[in-house]
Amino acid sequence: MTIGRIHSLETCGTVDGPGIRFVTFLQGCPLRCQYCHNPDTWDTKKGKEYTPKELVDEIVKYKSYMKFSGGGTTFTGGEPLLQAEFVKESFALCKEQGISTALDTSGFIFNDQVKEVLEYTDIVLLDIKNFDPTVFKTVTGVALDHTLQFLDYIKEKNIKTWIRYVLVPGLTDNIDSITALASHLKNYPNVSRIELLPFHKMGEYKWEELGYKYALKDTKEPSLALIEEVKKVLETSGISVYANV
Amino acid sequence: MCKPQWEGFTTGDWTKEIDVRGFIQANYTPYEGDDSFLAGATKNTEELFDAVKKLMLEENEKGILDAETKVPSSITAFGPGYVDKEKEVIVGFQTDKPLKRGIFPNGGVRMVKTALESYGYQLDKQTESIYTSNRKTHNDGVFDAYTEDMKKARHSAIITGLPDAYGRGRIIGDYRRVALYGVDRLIEEKLEQKKRLEINCLESPDIRLREEISEQIKALKLLIAMGQSYGFDLTQPAKNAVEATQWTYFAYLAAVKEQDGAAMSLGRVSTFLDIYVERDLKNGTLTEELAQEIMDHFVMKLRMVRFLRTPAYNDLFSGDPTWVTESIGGMGTDGRTLVTKNSFRILHTLVNLGPAPEPNLTVLWSTSLPEGFKKFCSKVSITTSSIQYENDDLMRNYWGDDYGIACCVSAMRIGKQMQFFGARANLAKALLYTINGGRDEKTGEQIAPLFAPITSEYLDYDEVMLKYDQILEWLAELYVNTLNVIHYMHDKYNYERLQMALHDLEILRTEATGIAGLSVVADALSAIKYAKVKPIRDESGLAIDYEIEGDFPKYGNNDDRVDSIAVMMVEKFMNKIRKQKTYRKAVPTLSILTITSNVVYGKKTGSTPDGRKAGVPLAPGANPMHGRDTNGAIASMASVAKLPYKDAQDGISYTFSIVPNALGKDEDSRENHLSALLDGYFNDGGHHINVNVFDRETLLDAMDHPEKYPQLTVRVSGYAVNFIKLTREQQLDVISRTFHERN
Repeated sequence: MTIGRIHSLETCGTVDGPGIRFVTFLQGCPLRCQYCHNPDTWDTKKGKEYTPKELVDEIVKYKSYMKFSGGGTTFTGGEPLLQAEFVKESFALCKEQGISTALDTSGFIFNDQVKEVLEYTDIVLLDIKNFDPTVFKTVTGVALDHTLQFLDYIKEKNIKTWIRYVLVPGLTDNIDSITALASHLKNYPNVSRIELLPFHKMGEYKWEELGYKYALKDTKEPSLALIEEVKKVLETSGISVYANV
Repeated sequence: MCKPQWEGFTTGDWTKEIDVRGFIQANYTPYEGDDSFLAGATKNTEELFDAVKKLMLEENEKGILDAETKVPSSITAFGPGYVDKEKEVIVGFQTDKPLKRGIFPNGGVRMVKTALESYGYQLDKQTESIYTSNRKTHNDGVFDAYTEDMKKARHSAIITGLPDAYGRGRIIGDYRRVALYGVDRLIEEKLEQKKRLEINCLESPDIRLREEISEQIKALKLLIAMGQSYGFDLTQPAKNAVEATQWTYFAYLAAVKEQDGAAMSLGRVSTFLDIYVERDLKNGTLTEELAQEIMDHFVMKLRMVRFLRTPAYNDLFSGDPTWVTESIGGMGTDGRTLVTKNSFRILHTLVNLGPAPEPNLTVLWSTSLPEGFKKFCSKVSITTSSIQYENDDLMRNYWGDDYGIACCVSAMRIGKQMQFFGARANLAKALLYTINGGRDEKTGEQIAPLFAPITSEYLDYDEVMLKYDQILEWLAELYVNTLNVIHYMHDKYNYERLQMALHDLEILRTEATGIAGLSVVADALSAIKYAKVKPIRDESGLAIDYEIEGDFPKYGNNDDRVDSIAVMMVEKFMNKIRKQKTYRKAVPTLSILTITSNVVYGKKTGSTPDGRKAGVPLAPGANPMHGRDTNGAIASMASVAKLPYKDAQDGISYTFSIVPNALGKDEDSRENHLSALLDGYFNDGGHHINVNVFDRETLLDAMDHPEKYPQLTVRVSGYAVNFIKLTREQQLDVISRTFHERN
């Protein structure tokens, strides 16, 4: 039987996809983003075990709220696609129940199993950590190209997509690369929204608890002016940009 | 018979008999649009409200602004009073001066005396002597009849908040009748009713009823006289929107001049008044600005209703609650919405005059409400935290489409129903009595009948349940008997003649009991069932604390294992209440509601087997215990929504606090999400919800700098309070409650 490792559940998710969403935080992540606010989801061995049915039985309880808000369920993490089989089976059960599914991913893992997950995915929230391969590597510790392949594939499958971009001063505020990203996204009609997420330090205490070294200790949250500037650049893609201020 | 004041209205049976609902149904204009038509405050309103705010500020500083010390309050005890006669569109105060508190010794003269003295006033000697030597009070009557057991239960606080020393309240007169029919017509009707009771063999219920109707007629005549003192002729129907509002307010004012009931609710007047506004707008005699002005001035008056309370009472309820509850919106049984433009206007007073705890604005929510109204409610909730919501789709099945909310959550058909309200049974304490063989866990005193305590090392679920059942049997019987005594005496010595004059002759009476400590009991029983609970006993064998080994499911996480225990407890206790004989054949009901008294109840309750320590506040109403609902906002709502309304028809109160960011990223999505949360909660059977939207930091700042937050309003169990008027202890309790934040 497929077993998933779950970090936590949030019954009232309002910021990860449209409407009110039941958000499942899956355990385990191959990336080591410097600004990660959930480093407690990295370790693949932790978390609570669920079968897809157990999880979906829980999700179904909140159907009314999803229905009235045009919401659904969002799988995030960690990197949910580390547990692609589990996500696929869970999503399939959700679809049987008429529940809309969203996948919040870095697009780093891209293989045949992932393609199967996407068959049951209504919306992808794709985090593009940076558009410059070198900076991407610095931020995440891994390579960018998988993410771009992933983006091409969801375009091909015409899956509704929101792009997320975390703005960290001194790290991801490289305007040239953001300009290039905006220009690149012009070719993706499946992308209907860009979410600009200003860096915050709410996860810092978790790094300390886990005994990890937090590289952004001295980094400030982005100024309103910087957010406005980046928003304008992203808007050159012709896609609506939402900045979470 | 058609009256000239009814010109332009669609006639029907309502012209022949007293039938306000019939009038509304035949004449109101449902409104399905958005809030774009609303007008701001007029200059006149702003100036008047500035003067009012000044008085309120002065009141805040002094505790109370002024108090009467001699003349007992009555409909005509005082001449007219004004803030600024020229500016007031709606007039009338309880005494001769704004915010001056009247005295109501019929409820109990000791209470009046103590309250006056606590603010540095002295009760007039002669007045005191009249109410101690010549005129018996409700309070005296009750204590003449209380049994020893009743006194013990009262003193040990297993039953708390009994209305035995002041007005019982929770009666809503149909104040609209005065506007629609004029008082002459209402007196005629009452004379007719009295004639119907001219029967051969008068027995005491008929005699009582004849006396009551006579009193009602006297009160209606006094209402006419009160109107005259302000220069209005209330004998005739109101002829326009200003008059209709004024007449309705005068009827309500007469009620609060004669009664200091714990909750003096208004009913459901805004859609009724909209009919007059629409007619005037159509005639060209009114503009939107002036229509809003009427509502702003009406609400200003409702914000100024005051009663003199003792500090102990304020401890229990915080601040100056009057529960001027107005029920807004809802759907008609014919499928049309009862939302009108005036439903928007009354909510818009929270914008024009700023947030406030009173009147207690209550939206009757249906998933079928027009989208524009839903969105507007959410918007005002998010900016003011001053609205409570109740499930119209649920209550309409029980009470039709012309009910109103009395106090916080009690629905009643307007003019056709009343309740014998009283207090709460502390189920958490009853569980401790179960373990201790009927002895009080704090004093060791034998309160319940003596039976064998539980002596095992660990508590056994089946044994506890068996004995708990017996204790609850005893408690239910004692509780209802106590209420019977209170309401017998209240009818006798402190009868609400004006409010009852605005009722039909044949009315439904409910015996509205209540419970406190539900979430503590659910968690405690869950701990006993799913973990191991070891009582710590003192040398006399009294269990005074508990050790829990292992984890257990907690109420508030949408976990059926424990939620089903909460449901079972409600059914169980209600069934025990149902078995009791009630005064005047009242139909027993139950509420799960504690108001802010959860703090005081907690103080009087020892450590409980759920791990709660002695003295820690109980959760308010049907709320999960603070901090134990860890699966997010909706899991908590879902647990509460499981509680059965059929067994708690007096209402199930739930207070919900969420930080703005957890509702969504921007204003628009926050409004949509809040509206969907309400849809989901009510669709799944939730009955009531208080919505607070603010950051914990705001409250902390308000504790340190009250002067910055004169109007900060917080919804608590079933009503709203001005945060800075809470005691420090209550403020800390509000802050310690679960704030739903995002992960």
